[in-house]
Amino acid sequence: MSIRHALLALLAEGSKYGLQLRQEFEARTGEVWPLNVGQVYTTLQRLEREGHVESDEAGRDGAQRRFRITAGGQRELDRWLRTPPDGAPPPRDELVIKVQVAVRMPGVDVREILQVHRRRLVEEMQRYTHLKAEADPDDIALGLVVDAELFRLEAVVRWLDAADARLRRLPATPTTDAASNDRARPAGPAAEPAESAPAREEARR
Amino acid sequence: MSAVLSMSQVSKVYGTGNAAVHALRQVDLTVGAGELVAIMGPSGSGKSTLLTIAGSLEEPTDGTVLVCGDDVSTMSADAQARMRRRSIGFVFQDLNLLAGLSAVENVALPLELDGMGARAARAAGLRVLEELGLAERAAHFPDDLSGGERQRVAIARAVVGDRRLLLADEPTGALDSTNGEAVMRMLRAACKRGIAGVMVTHDAQLASWADRVVFLRDGRVVDQTAPSVGPATLLAGDVAP
Repeated sequence: MSIRHALLALLAEGSKYGLQLRQEFEARTGEVWPLNVGQVYTTLQRLEREGHVESDEAGRDGAQRRFRITAGGQRELDRWLRTPPDGAPPPRDELVIKVQVAVRMPGVDVREILQVHRRRLVEEMQRYTHLKAEADPDDIALGLVVDAELFRLEAVVRWLDAADARLRRLPATPTTDAASNDRARPAGPAAEPAESAPAREEARR
Repeated sequence: MSAVLSMSQVSKVYGTGNAAVHALRQVDLTVGAGELVAIMGPSGSGKSTLLTIAGSLEEPTDGTVLVCGDDVSTMSADAQARMRRRSIGFVFQDLNLLAGLSAVENVALPLELDGMGARAARAAGLRVLEELGLAERAAHFPDDLSGGERQRVAIARAVVGDRRLLLADEPTGALDSTNGEAVMRMLRAACKRGIAGVMVTHDAQLASWADRVVFLRDGRVVDQTAPSVGPATLLAGDVAP
Protein backbone atom coordinates (compact mmCIF):
# COMPACT_ATOMS: atom_id res chain seq x y z
CA MET A 1 0.00 0.00 0.00
CA SER A 2 1.36 3.38 -0.95
CA ILE A 3 1.08 5.81 1.96
CA ARG A 4 1.47 8.82 -0.31
CA HIS A 5 -1.49 7.85 -2.46
CA ALA A 6 -3.62 6.89 0.53
CA LEU A 7 -2.96 10.36 1.98
CA LEU A 8 -3.77 12.02 -1.35
CA ALA A 9 -7.03 10.03 -1.47
CA LEU A 10 -8.01 11.21 2.01
CA LEU A 11 -7.22 14.82 1.05
CA ALA A 12 -9.30 14.44 -2.14
CA GLU A 13 -12.33 14.40 0.21
CA GLY A 14 -11.40 17.80 1.65
CA SER A 15 -8.65 19.53 3.62
CA LYS A 16 -7.50 17.77 6.81
CA TYR A 17 -5.09 18.17 9.74
CA GLY A 18 -2.02 15.90 9.92
CA LEU A 19 -3.21 14.07 13.01
CA GLN A 20 -6.64 13.54 11.46
CA LEU A 21 -5.00 12.02 8.35
CA ARG A 22 -3.15 9.46 10.45
CA GLN A 23 -6.32 8.44 12.31
CA GLU A 24 -8.39 8.15 9.14
CA PHE A 25 -5.70 6.14 7.33
CA GLU A 26 -5.70 3.58 10.14
CA ALA A 27 -9.49 3.38 10.22
CA ARG A 28 -9.87 3.02 6.43
CA THR A 29 -7.45 0.11 6.12
CA GLY A 30 -9.29 -1.87 8.79
CA GLU A 31 -6.42 -1.20 11.23
CA VAL A 32 -4.57 -4.10 9.66
CA TRP A 33 -1.69 -1.93 8.50
CA PRO A 34 -0.48 0.14 11.45
CA LEU A 35 1.18 3.39 10.43
CA ASN A 36 3.41 5.51 12.63
CA VAL A 37 3.06 9.25 13.01
CA GLY A 38 6.54 9.88 11.60
CA GLN A 39 5.63 8.25 8.28
CA VAL A 40 2.59 10.50 7.87
CA TYR A 41 4.43 13.76 8.42
CA THR A 42 7.54 12.88 6.39
CA THR A 43 5.28 11.74 3.54
CA LEU A 44 3.25 14.96 3.78
CA GLN A 45 6.47 17.00 3.62
CA ARG A 46 7.52 15.11 0.49
CA LEU A 47 4.09 15.57 -1.12
CA GLU A 48 4.32 19.30 -0.32
CA ARG A 49 7.79 19.56 -1.92
CA GLU A 50 6.45 17.79 -5.02
CA GLY A 51 3.56 20.23 -5.21
CA HIS A 52 0.88 17.57 -4.68
CA VAL A 53 -0.41 19.06 -1.41
CA GLU A 54 -0.24 22.53 0.12
CA SER A 55 -0.74 24.20 3.49
CA ASP A 56 -1.07 27.81 4.63
CA GLU A 57 0.48 27.23 8.06
CA ALA A 58 4.09 26.48 7.12
CA GLY A 59 5.52 27.34 10.53
CA ARG A 60 3.44 24.87 12.59
CA ASP A 61 3.98 21.26 13.62
CA GLY A 62 2.78 18.70 11.01
CA ALA A 63 0.04 17.28 13.26
CA GLN A 64 -1.56 20.71 13.62
CA ARG A 65 -1.21 21.87 10.03
CA ARG A 66 -4.18 21.68 7.72
CA PHE A 67 -3.36 20.21 4.29
CA ARG A 68 -5.23 20.25 0.99
CA ILE A 69 -4.66 18.50 -2.32
CA THR A 70 -3.51 20.49 -5.39
CA ALA A 71 -4.59 19.99 -9.03
CA GLY A 72 -1.23 18.22 -9.58
CA GLY A 73 -2.00 15.95 -6.62
CA GLN A 74 -5.40 15.08 -8.10
CA ARG A 75 -3.76 14.13 -11.39
CA GLU A 76 -1.16 12.01 -9.58
CA LEU A 77 -3.92 10.22 -7.64
CA ASP A 78 -5.90 9.55 -10.81
CA ARG A 79 -2.80 8.16 -12.56
CA TRP A 80 -2.04 5.86 -9.58
CA LEU A 81 -5.59 4.44 -9.42
CA ARG A 82 -5.28 3.28 -13.03
CA THR A 83 -1.72 1.92 -12.80
CA PRO A 84 -1.38 -1.86 -12.27
CA PRO A 85 0.13 -2.79 -8.90
CA ASP A 86 3.84 -3.67 -8.66
CA GLY A 87 4.46 -7.20 -9.86
CA ALA A 88 6.03 -8.51 -6.68
CA PRO A 89 6.81 -12.25 -6.83
CA PRO A 90 3.80 -14.23 -5.61
CA PRO A 91 4.23 -15.56 -2.06
CA ARG A 92 3.68 -19.17 -3.11
CA ASP A 93 6.90 -19.30 -5.12
CA GLU A 94 8.88 -20.62 -2.18
CA LEU A 95 6.19 -23.23 -1.60
CA VAL A 96 6.41 -24.37 -5.24
CA ILE A 97 10.16 -24.81 -4.80
CA LYS A 98 9.72 -26.77 -1.56
CA VAL A 99 7.24 -29.13 -3.20
CA GLN A 100 9.42 -29.58 -6.28
CA VAL A 101 12.34 -30.45 -4.02
CA ALA A 102 10.16 -32.86 -2.02
CA VAL A 103 9.00 -34.65 -5.20
CA ARG A 104 12.63 -35.43 -6.11
CA MET A 105 13.71 -36.53 -2.64
CA PRO A 106 13.59 -40.26 -1.93
CA GLY A 107 11.85 -41.27 1.27
CA VAL A 108 9.69 -38.14 1.49
CA ASP A 109 5.89 -38.40 1.56
CA VAL A 110 5.09 -35.41 -0.63
CA ARG A 111 1.38 -35.57 0.08
CA GLU A 112 2.12 -35.31 3.79
CA ILE A 113 4.28 -32.23 3.09
CA LEU A 114 1.37 -30.77 1.09
CA GLN A 115 -0.94 -31.42 4.03
CA VAL A 116 1.37 -29.64 6.50
CA HIS A 117 1.18 -26.51 4.35
CA ARG A 118 -2.55 -26.94 3.68
CA ARG A 119 -3.28 -27.09 7.42
CA ARG A 120 -1.21 -24.00 8.15
CA LEU A 121 -2.90 -22.05 5.37
CA VAL A 122 -6.38 -23.10 6.48
CA GLU A 123 -5.52 -22.13 10.07
CA GLU A 124 -4.52 -18.68 8.80
CA MET A 125 -7.75 -18.49 6.79
CA GLN A 126 -9.70 -19.40 9.94
CA ARG A 127 -8.10 -16.48 11.79
CA TYR A 128 -9.09 -14.05 9.03
CA THR A 129 -12.60 -15.50 8.63
CA HIS A 130 -13.21 -15.36 12.40
CA LEU A 131 -12.04 -11.74 12.42
CA LYS A 132 -14.63 -11.04 9.70
CA ALA A 133 -17.30 -13.11 11.50
CA GLU A 134 -16.89 -11.13 14.72
CA ALA A 135 -16.83 -7.75 12.96
CA ASP A 136 -19.79 -5.65 11.95
CA PRO A 137 -20.94 -6.93 8.50
CA ASP A 138 -21.06 -3.28 7.40
CA ASP A 139 -17.37 -2.71 8.16
CA ILE A 140 -16.43 -2.40 4.49
CA ALA A 141 -12.78 -1.48 5.08
CA LEU A 142 -12.11 -4.57 7.17
CA GLY A 143 -14.12 -6.79 4.82
CA LEU A 144 -12.10 -5.68 1.78
CA VAL A 145 -8.75 -6.30 3.45
CA VAL A 146 -9.79 -9.66 4.94
CA ASP A 147 -11.36 -10.89 1.67
CA ALA A 148 -8.17 -10.04 -0.23
CA GLU A 149 -6.11 -12.15 2.18
CA LEU A 150 -8.66 -14.98 2.10
CA PHE A 151 -8.73 -15.19 -1.69
CA ARG A 152 -4.91 -15.10 -1.82
CA LEU A 153 -4.63 -17.91 0.76
CA GLU A 154 -7.40 -19.90 -0.91
CA ALA A 155 -5.53 -19.74 -4.22
CA VAL A 156 -2.50 -21.34 -2.55
CA VAL A 157 -4.69 -24.08 -0.97
CA ARG A 158 -6.22 -24.79 -4.38
CA TRP A 159 -2.75 -25.06 -5.87
CA LEU A 160 -1.88 -27.59 -3.12
CA ASP A 161 -5.08 -29.55 -3.92
CA ALA A 162 -4.19 -29.56 -7.62
CA ALA A 163 -0.64 -30.71 -6.79
CA ASP A 164 -2.12 -33.45 -4.60
CA ALA A 165 -4.37 -34.63 -7.45
CA ARG A 166 -1.43 -34.61 -9.86
CA LEU A 167 0.65 -36.73 -7.48
CA ARG A 168 -2.25 -39.17 -7.09
CA ARG A 169 -2.29 -39.75 -10.83
CA LEU A 170 1.44 -40.52 -10.94
CA PRO A 171 2.31 -44.19 -11.26
CA ALA A 172 3.78 -45.19 -7.90
CA THR A 173 7.59 -45.34 -7.89
CA PRO A 174 8.90 -48.05 -5.53
CA THR A 175 11.19 -45.76 -3.53
CA THR A 176 8.85 -42.96 -2.61
CA ASP A 177 5.75 -45.13 -2.33
CA ALA A 178 7.25 -47.57 0.16
CA ALA A 179 8.61 -44.69 2.17
CA SER A 180 5.28 -42.89 2.20
CA ASN A 181 3.51 -45.94 3.57
CA ASP A 182 6.08 -46.28 6.32
CA ARG A 183 6.00 -42.67 7.34
CA ALA A 184 2.52 -41.28 7.12
CA ARG A 185 0.10 -44.18 6.99
CA PRO A 186 1.55 -46.88 9.18
CA ALA A 187 -1.70 -48.78 9.53
CA GLY A 188 -3.06 -48.57 6.03
CA PRO A 189 -2.48 -49.69 2.48
CA ALA A 190 -1.41 -47.29 -0.23
CA ALA A 191 -3.77 -44.71 -1.62
CA GLU A 192 -6.65 -46.06 -3.63
CA PRO A 193 -6.69 -45.41 -7.37
CA ALA A 194 -8.18 -42.02 -8.14
CA GLU A 195 -11.22 -43.56 -9.80
CA SER A 196 -12.19 -45.82 -6.91
CA ALA A 197 -15.83 -46.70 -6.27
CA PRO A 198 -16.35 -44.15 -3.45
CA ALA A 199 -14.86 -41.44 -5.66
CA ARG A 200 -17.34 -42.24 -8.40
CA GLU A 201 -20.12 -42.52 -5.87
CA GLU A 202 -19.33 -39.19 -4.25
CA ALA A 203 -19.00 -37.52 -7.63
CA ARG A 204 -22.55 -38.66 -8.42
CA ARG A 205 -23.97 -37.14 -5.21
CA MET B 1 -18.64 -28.65 26.32
CA SER B 2 -20.62 -31.88 26.14
CA ALA B 3 -20.17 -34.19 23.14
CA VAL B 4 -23.24 -34.29 20.90
CA LEU B 5 -21.68 -36.50 18.23
CA SER B 6 -19.06 -39.06 19.10
CA MET B 7 -17.73 -41.38 16.39
CA SER B 8 -15.19 -43.93 17.50
CA GLN B 9 -13.11 -46.16 15.19
CA VAL B 10 -15.81 -45.94 12.53
CA SER B 11 -15.12 -47.84 9.30
CA LYS B 12 -17.30 -48.36 6.26
CA VAL B 13 -16.63 -50.96 3.58
CA TYR B 14 -18.74 -51.30 0.46
CA GLY B 15 -18.65 -54.72 -1.24
CA THR B 16 -16.58 -57.72 -0.17
CA GLY B 17 -13.42 -59.59 -1.05
CA ASN B 18 -11.40 -58.17 -3.92
CA ALA B 19 -14.21 -55.76 -4.76
CA ALA B 20 -14.23 -54.25 -1.25
CA VAL B 21 -13.95 -50.48 -1.13
CA HIS B 22 -12.91 -48.85 2.13
CA ALA B 23 -14.84 -45.58 2.26
CA LEU B 24 -13.95 -44.83 5.90
CA ARG B 25 -11.13 -46.27 7.97
CA GLN B 26 -11.08 -46.07 11.80
CA VAL B 27 -12.42 -42.54 11.98
CA ASP B 28 -12.60 -40.85 15.39
CA LEU B 29 -14.57 -37.61 15.59
CA THR B 30 -16.14 -35.79 18.54
CA VAL B 31 -18.19 -32.63 18.16
CA GLY B 32 -19.46 -30.65 21.14
CA ALA B 33 -22.51 -28.44 21.62
CA GLY B 34 -21.91 -24.99 20.15
CA GLU B 35 -19.03 -26.18 17.99
CA LEU B 36 -18.86 -26.06 14.19
CA VAL B 37 -16.49 -28.61 12.65
CA ALA B 38 -15.63 -28.71 8.96
CA ILE B 39 -14.61 -31.96 7.28
CA MET B 40 -12.41 -31.11 4.33
CA GLY B 41 -11.17 -33.44 1.65
CA PRO B 42 -11.23 -34.11 -2.08
CA SER B 43 -13.93 -36.08 -3.90
CA GLY B 44 -13.80 -39.71 -2.89
CA SER B 45 -12.17 -39.01 0.48
CA GLY B 46 -15.24 -40.31 2.36
CA LYS B 47 -16.77 -36.97 3.42
CA SER B 48 -20.32 -37.73 2.39
CA THR B 49 -20.17 -41.25 3.83
CA LEU B 50 -19.03 -39.79 7.13
CA LEU B 51 -21.99 -37.42 7.13
CA THR B 52 -24.59 -40.08 6.30
CA ILE B 53 -23.24 -42.36 9.04
CA ALA B 54 -23.22 -39.46 11.56
CA GLY B 55 -26.87 -38.86 10.63
CA SER B 56 -27.76 -42.56 10.97
CA LEU B 57 -28.82 -42.67 7.32
CA GLU B 58 -26.30 -45.44 6.83
CA GLU B 59 -24.75 -47.99 9.21
CA PRO B 60 -21.02 -48.28 9.76
CA THR B 61 -19.31 -51.60 9.06
CA ASP B 62 -17.38 -51.21 12.28
CA GLY B 63 -17.07 -48.79 15.19
CA THR B 64 -19.60 -46.90 17.32
CA VAL B 65 -21.60 -43.72 16.78
CA LEU B 66 -23.09 -41.92 19.79
CA VAL B 67 -25.59 -39.11 19.27
CA CYS B 68 -26.31 -37.19 22.49
CA GLY B 69 -24.71 -40.10 24.34
CA ASP B 70 -26.96 -42.79 22.83
CA ASP B 71 -25.40 -45.64 20.84
CA VAL B 72 -27.10 -45.57 17.44
CA SER B 73 -26.32 -49.25 16.70
CA THR B 74 -28.42 -50.45 19.65
CA MET B 75 -31.51 -48.45 18.58
CA SER B 76 -34.45 -49.95 16.72
CA ALA B 77 -35.20 -48.57 13.25
CA ASP B 78 -38.12 -46.63 14.76
CA ALA B 79 -35.95 -45.13 17.47
CA GLN B 80 -33.36 -44.12 14.88
CA ALA B 81 -36.03 -42.45 12.74
CA ARG B 82 -37.37 -40.61 15.82
CA MET B 83 -33.87 -39.43 16.70
CA ARG B 84 -33.35 -38.18 13.13
CA ARG B 85 -36.65 -36.26 13.25
CA ARG B 86 -36.09 -34.73 16.68
CA SER B 87 -32.37 -34.32 17.19
CA ILE B 88 -30.71 -34.05 13.79
CA GLY B 89 -31.05 -31.40 11.09
CA PHE B 90 -29.76 -31.88 7.56
CA VAL B 91 -28.75 -29.24 5.01
CA PHE B 92 -27.82 -30.36 1.52
CA GLN B 93 -26.44 -28.49 -1.44
CA ASP B 94 -29.84 -27.95 -3.05
CA LEU B 95 -33.38 -29.34 -3.30
CA ASN B 96 -33.90 -28.47 0.34
CA LEU B 97 -37.36 -26.87 0.44
CA LEU B 98 -40.82 -27.97 -0.64
CA ALA B 99 -42.09 -25.57 -3.31
CA GLY B 100 -45.74 -25.71 -2.21
CA LEU B 101 -45.04 -24.53 1.34
CA SER B 102 -44.09 -21.05 2.56
CA ALA B 103 -40.76 -20.49 4.33
CA VAL B 104 -42.28 -20.81 7.80
CA GLU B 105 -44.31 -23.89 6.78
CA ASN B 106 -41.12 -25.51 5.48
CA VAL B 107 -39.34 -24.71 8.74
CA ALA B 108 -42.25 -26.03 10.85
CA LEU B 109 -42.65 -29.23 8.80
CA PRO B 110 -40.25 -31.47 10.76
CA LEU B 111 -42.06 -30.57 13.99
CA GLU B 112 -45.46 -31.34 12.47
CA LEU B 113 -44.20 -34.65 11.07
CA ASP B 114 -43.10 -35.47 14.59
CA GLY B 115 -46.64 -34.95 15.90
CA MET B 116 -46.60 -31.33 17.09
CA GLY B 117 -49.81 -29.34 16.47
CA ALA B 118 -49.75 -27.04 13.44
CA ARG B 119 -50.11 -23.85 15.49
CA ALA B 120 -47.29 -24.69 17.92
CA ALA B 121 -45.04 -25.85 15.09
CA ARG B 122 -45.66 -22.62 13.18
CA ALA B 123 -44.86 -20.55 16.28
CA ALA B 124 -41.60 -22.47 16.75
CA GLY B 125 -40.80 -21.98 13.04
CA LEU B 126 -41.39 -18.23 13.27
CA ARG B 127 -39.24 -18.05 16.40
CA VAL B 128 -36.21 -19.59 14.72
CA LEU B 129 -36.67 -17.47 11.57
CA GLU B 130 -36.72 -14.38 13.79
CA GLU B 131 -33.64 -15.45 15.71
CA LEU B 132 -31.76 -15.99 12.48
CA GLY B 133 -32.88 -12.71 10.91
CA LEU B 134 -35.35 -14.11 8.34
CA ALA B 135 -38.68 -13.10 9.89
CA GLU B 136 -39.63 -10.85 6.96
CA ARG B 137 -39.36 -13.81 4.57
CA ALA B 138 -41.60 -16.15 6.63
CA ALA B 139 -44.63 -15.94 4.32
CA HIS B 140 -42.65 -16.18 1.05
CA PHE B 141 -42.66 -19.33 -1.06
CA PRO B 142 -39.33 -20.85 -2.15
CA ASP B 143 -39.75 -19.58 -5.71
CA ASP B 144 -39.95 -16.01 -4.39
CA LEU B 145 -36.72 -16.34 -2.42
CA SER B 146 -33.16 -15.93 -3.72
CA GLY B 147 -30.86 -18.95 -3.72
CA GLY B 148 -29.09 -17.62 -0.63
CA GLU B 149 -32.37 -17.04 1.22
CA ARG B 150 -33.59 -20.54 0.36
CA GLN B 151 -30.44 -22.03 1.82
CA ARG B 152 -30.82 -19.90 4.99
CA VAL B 153 -34.41 -21.09 5.38
CA ALA B 154 -33.11 -24.67 5.02
CA ILE B 155 -30.68 -23.99 7.87
CA ALA B 156 -33.51 -22.59 10.01
CA ARG B 157 -35.47 -25.79 9.33
CA ALA B 158 -32.45 -27.89 10.27
CA VAL B 159 -32.17 -26.24 13.70
CA VAL B 160 -35.87 -25.78 14.57
CA GLY B 161 -37.18 -27.23 17.83
CA ASP B 162 -34.79 -29.15 20.06
CA ARG B 163 -32.33 -30.25 17.42
CA ARG B 164 -28.85 -30.90 18.76
CA LEU B 165 -26.89 -31.87 15.68
CA LEU B 166 -26.69 -30.04 12.34
CA LEU B 167 -25.20 -31.93 9.37
CA ALA B 168 -24.43 -29.93 6.23
CA ASP B 169 -23.09 -31.12 2.87
CA GLU B 170 -21.55 -28.27 0.82
CA PRO B 171 -24.22 -25.91 2.24
CA THR B 172 -23.35 -22.92 0.06
CA GLY B 173 -23.53 -25.02 -3.13
CA ALA B 174 -23.34 -22.84 -6.19
CA LEU B 175 -24.00 -19.53 -4.38
CA ASP B 176 -21.76 -16.55 -5.10
CA SER B 177 -19.35 -15.41 -2.40
CA THR B 178 -21.65 -12.74 -0.88
CA ASN B 179 -24.61 -15.12 -0.53
CA GLY B 180 -22.30 -17.92 0.56
CA GLU B 181 -20.98 -15.65 3.31
CA ALA B 182 -24.52 -14.87 4.51
CA VAL B 183 -25.26 -18.61 4.68
CA MET B 184 -22.06 -19.27 6.63
CA ARG B 185 -22.72 -16.39 9.05
CA MET B 186 -26.07 -17.98 9.76
CA LEU B 187 -24.70 -21.51 10.09
CA ARG B 188 -22.15 -20.20 12.59
CA ALA B 189 -24.84 -18.28 14.48
CA ALA B 190 -27.02 -21.42 14.57
CA CYS B 191 -24.18 -23.39 16.14
CA LYS B 192 -23.47 -20.63 18.67
CA ARG B 193 -27.04 -21.16 19.93
CA GLY B 194 -25.78 -24.49 21.28
CA ILE B 195 -26.10 -26.94 18.40
CA ALA B 196 -23.19 -29.11 17.26
CA GLY B 197 -22.48 -28.59 13.56
CA VAL B 198 -20.65 -30.80 11.07
CA MET B 199 -20.12 -29.47 7.57
CA VAL B 200 -18.38 -31.34 4.76
CA THR B 201 -16.74 -29.36 1.98
CA HIS B 202 -13.82 -29.29 -0.43
CA ASP B 203 -13.75 -25.48 -0.23
CA ALA B 204 -11.14 -23.90 2.06
CA GLN B 205 -13.01 -20.57 2.37
CA LEU B 206 -16.11 -22.39 3.54
CA ALA B 207 -14.13 -24.60 5.92
CA SER B 208 -12.45 -21.55 7.44
CA TRP B 209 -15.76 -20.53 9.08
CA ALA B 210 -15.48 -23.59 11.34
CA ASP B 211 -13.99 -23.71 14.82
CA ARG B 212 -12.00 -26.76 13.76
CA VAL B 213 -11.16 -28.23 10.36
CA VAL B 214 -10.63 -31.99 10.08
CA PHE B 215 -8.86 -33.26 6.95
CA LEU B 216 -10.00 -36.52 5.40
CA ARG B 217 -7.99 -38.45 2.82
CA ASP B 218 -8.72 -41.91 1.45
CA GLY B 219 -11.30 -42.45 4.21
CA ARG B 220 -8.90 -41.62 7.00
CA VAL B 221 -8.58 -38.56 9.25
CA VAL B 222 -5.06 -37.38 8.44
CA ASP B 223 -4.88 -34.02 10.19
CA GLN B 224 -6.83 -31.22 11.85
CA THR B 225 -6.34 -27.53 12.55
CA ALA B 226 -5.43 -26.28 16.00
CA PRO B 227 -8.19 -24.40 17.84
CA SER B 228 -8.36 -20.96 16.30
CA VAL B 229 -6.49 -18.20 18.12
CA GLY B 230 -8.20 -14.87 18.62
CA PRO B 231 -8.04 -12.17 15.99
CA ALA B 232 -5.83 -10.00 18.22
CA THR B 233 -2.68 -11.73 16.99
CA LEU B 234 -3.61 -10.88 13.45
CA LEU B 235 -3.30 -7.19 14.05
CA ALA B 236 -0.08 -7.30 16.01
CA GLY B 237 2.72 -7.54 13.49
CA ASP B 238 1.33 -8.07 10.07
CA VAL B 239 2.03 -6.48 6.75
CA ALA B 240 3.88 -3.20 6.92
CA PRO B 241 2.89 -0.56 4.40
